[in-house]
Amino acid sequence: MIVEIKNLTIEYPGVKALENVSFSVNQGDFLGIIGPNGAGKSTLFSCMLGLQKKYQGTIKFFGQDIKKSQQYLKEIGYVPQKPFFEKNFPATVNDVVRMGLRKESDECKIDEILQQLWIHELRKRRIGELSGGQQQRVFIAKALVNNPKILILDEPVTGIDQQSIDLFYSILTELNSKQNITIIWSSHDLDAVNQLANHVACLNRTLFFHGESDDFFKNPELLRQYSESSMQEHMHHH
Amino acid sequence: MSFEIFSFSFMQRAIIAGIAIAILCSVIGLFLVLRRYSLFGDAIAHSSFGGIALGLMVGVYPLWTAYGVSIISALVITRIKDKFNISGDASIAVLLSSGIAVGLVIIGLSGGFTINIFSFLFGSILLVSINDTILILTLTGIILIVILLLYRQLLYSTFNEEQAKVSGIPVEKINYLIVFMAGITVVTSIQLVGVLLISALFVIPNVTAIMYGRGFKQTVLISMGFSIFSVVVGILISYIFNITPAGTIVLFAIGLFACTIGIKSTGLLAKT
Repeated sequence: MIVEIKNLTIEYPGVKALENVSFSVNQGDFLGIIGPNGAGKSTLFSCMLGLQKKYQGTIKFFGQDIKKSQQYLKEIGYVPQKPFFEKNFPATVNDVVRMGLRKESDECKIDEILQQLWIHELRKRRIGELSGGQQQRVFIAKALVNNPKILILDEPVTGIDQQSIDLFYSILTELNSKQNITIIWSSHDLDAVNQLANHVACLNRTLFFHGESDDFFKNPELLRQYSESSMQEHMHHH
Repeated sequence: MSFEIFSFSFMQRAIIAGIAIAILCSVIGLFLVLRRYSLFGDAIAHSSFGGIALGLMVGVYPLWTAYGVSIISALVITRIKDKFNISGDASIAVLLSSGIAVGLVIIGLSGGFTINIFSFLFGSILLVSINDTILILTLTGIILIVILLLYRQLLYSTFNEEQAKVSGIPVEKINYLIVFMAGITVVTSIQLVGVLLISALFVIPNVTAIMYGRGFKQTVLISMGFSIFSVVVGILISYIFNITPAGTIVLFAIGLFACTIGIKSTGLLAKT
């Protein structure tokens, strides 16, 4: 077990963003976290990444409580939903990937990762000039450049064209199956989660389901409950 | 113009100190511009005005008190901004006006010392002493070494704070370090362009360079080139035509910016 979350509760003024969420992740898992808008997926990631510290419950990575040590971050690659940066920021693809590199001595790793993600020819281009799909691959390259054990992705394909999404998914599958990188990935896309993930966590402020992907997607009752809960959330938002 | 001008020791000191300040302002300024903190240099400069007035009143070398007041007020306002979630531009406005207000009150209490204060408001690079030059070179060296050592942390936290935090970079400490170095740079630069025009050296060469450079290091080098050109040519022209160096330097920087905009609008410069 490399990630263990117990009774995670986080409250914002007047609203519980997450309530008693508990689940665990094993080495090599491909976990898809699904849930409607406002379900608390990004809040969950903020807590897991140490960005949000005011929560109740415990989060352990590699057996260590993350409130006691930040060392686990060295083993994590993170790809945010839509990375915010100044559009005219003078940084090439190479510069951005190098930012993620912890040791200067691993410089040759940059070329290797860029080739693996099919963006080697873009390495001298400015990051702001690239399409959304290309930018997202650059951020994956940055997340992978230190050989992380866990890759955390927060709805990484938002606003990206279908061709880039397909390429992106094939890269994720390869990272998980060939390099045994544990993937924790939040998404709206139930079909994609069904195809790629071997485990599913279904979140709507509380954990609605956590288990093998097949146990969720082959259970019409669970799927119906999930649709109803998502619909209620959707209506609530509008 | 003959080369005799370079044989004057005051001119040699002015050019050496000017080049060091140009390099320093380009590097620190690029971090500030990219963090949308362009006017922070201006705000620190105005707070240094209070420090200068204090130094003149108590009879201490005004730049020493300016260093103290500027650095402390910059760090305090950054702390207040973070803790009470005040926006960047509002915190800059508070810092800017409080420095001037303190300076004016001190000048009033002291019965006024207009002659001395003018050289700090508008710069006096041709009057820079050998000790000042050594101090400027030393501070430039120290700040450049710190930047080289912490290059990745500084760049990453400027690019995206959240991702830098997740990478284990102590972003808050890095932010304070940038503010601290900006405070030192501003007061060091007062002798070149004065309190009133400092932000020009922080901002103009950098916004010009961003239109040319692709990578970060390339952009810094281009910015340094523009800045050094403006400073050296500005000092020489101002001496020859007996006009104020600060204004001339800034006008050359603005000229380069205007030329770049012109070239860019004709499409001759590739869109970046």
